[in-house]
Amino acid sequence: MYVAVKGGEAAIDAAHDWLAEERRGDPAIPEVTPDQIAEQLGLAVDRVMAEASLYDRDLAALALKQAQGDVIEAVFLLRAYRTTLPRFGASMPVDTAAMRIDRRISATFKDLPGGQVLGPTYDYTHRLLDFALAADGEAPEAPTAEPLDPAMPRVLDLLADEGLMERETPPADESGPVPDLTREPLTYPAGRPLRLQGLARGDEGFVLSLGYSTQRGYGRNHPFAGEIRQGAVSVEVDVPELGFAVDIGDLVVTECQSVNQFKGDAERPAQFTRGYGLVFGRGERKAMAMALVDRALRAEELGEAIQGPAQDEEFVLSHADNVEASGFVQHLKLPHYVDFQAELQLVRALRAARRDENREAAE
Amino acid sequence: MNTVEKTEAAADGPASARRLRLGLLARAPRQMLADALAGVAGGAPAVRVLKPAETGLVMVRGRAGGTGERFNLGEMTVSRCTLSDEAGRIGVGMVAGRDRAKAELVARLDILLQDPAHGPGLERDLVAPLAARIEAARAERAAKAAATRVDFFTMVRGDV
Repeated sequence: MYVAVKGGEAAIDAAHDWLAEERRGDPAIPEVTPDQIAEQLGLAVDRVMAEASLYDRDLAALALKQAQGDVIEAVFLLRAYRTTLPRFGASMPVDTAAMRIDRRISATFKDLPGGQVLGPTYDYTHRLLDFALAADGEAPEAPTAEPLDPAMPRVLDLLADEGLMERETPPADESGPVPDLTREPLTYPAGRPLRLQGLARGDEGFVLSLGYSTQRGYGRNHPFAGEIRQGAVSVEVDVPELGFAVDIGDLVVTECQSVNQFKGDAERPAQFTRGYGLVFGRGERKAMAMALVDRALRAEELGEAIQGPAQDEEFVLSHADNVEASGFVQHLKLPHYVDFQAELQLVRALRAARRDENREAAE
Repeated sequence: MNTVEKTEAAADGPASARRLRLGLLARAPRQMLADALAGVAGGAPAVRVLKPAETGLVMVRGRAGGTGERFNLGEMTVSRCTLSDEAGRIGVGMVAGRDRAKAELVARLDILLQDPAHGPGLERDLVAPLAARIEAARAERAAKAAATRVDFFTMVRGDV
């Protein structure tokens, strides 16, 4: 138990001044600006936005600068900032079928309509350090070709048209609220909307490892990467003054739909099922892992045996948030002097009692 | 008319034209909006503030599997402003990000674009070039994406 302490103000101020100096580093080296971070460390910025659950590139870049590149600290800073702003409302659900595609691949169909589009990917690079980046050099210009057909049907919908894939259909009545874990404490069973929200903002490392665990046998569900797409979607918000939804700008998101086996049951024939991943920014690894875990968490719904942690909704959702996890782990370093004194007395008393017993036995 | 305009303006009525315009204005650099407002004949008219410009959050939603049940994906920063003019026209600015001045500029321009005295000129000098600019930026990205398209059909046995 933590008991509040007082004092130490001068030491704390000095520590923070030193932190600021350390953050700046050698003054002979030019200072990095948030603009440079936003432009040149874009995937770090994307990850901070996704896990902070707040899309704002400039703020995420500033947070990364302030945190010296510590992603979880930067996520914490953005989470704290968001509490200072009012919530205007919610958007219409983003239409990922209308995404302006930068990248779109499928591991299940090679000849999909619209084609496989690699986009600016690290796939197929040799992972050799590029020392040219340490020297001054111009980046090559990206080649261009005749623009793609903007109509890019979702791969899984093609399978669904044949009845081989479950359809994702909205409930008939959507007048009710969409559950929001930032407004109501989580209770279980949470249901898929809250699971998807929790996974979308969950720590990438945690979600990745859980997804990996399902592949290694802890809740196996035979996934294929049915489709991964990355690009910009428009966000539309209903404006009461106007009586219609207004397009307020673009978000870059990554979506992954996994294709998984389902053997069928009494009511349903054998067909493919899906796991779904959707994350802010270019977070492909995270979107894929999210799809695996989303599918694993559907075990109960699909009548599958629950054998691994990735299939346990309460385990997954209550440990996925890195701000919560880091808060509880790191609170251990705050002064626990009173608490520890009590433990110390207890251990001393137990040892003394044992000594007395031993002495009596010897006599 | 380019494709940005075509896709959405194909729907009917002045409301859909206004909807389209607001989507374009939301993507404009602030300076372009400020210049357009400064260029309005007779100066920018007086407006009444119904909702002062403010920054807040919008919860962005998705659907499970892309088409299924709704869920909350995460929030984004948004700025908004609502104004009216002496004729009672309402102007609304709602834009992604924290630029309140931009939200106010969009609201002012939204009013002027409904005004027969200024609308056509602004359509010509601001909205049309803006649509072209956005379309060009999208086409440039689409062209780069196209160059990374894997074409499985071009390989013929015996080709290396």
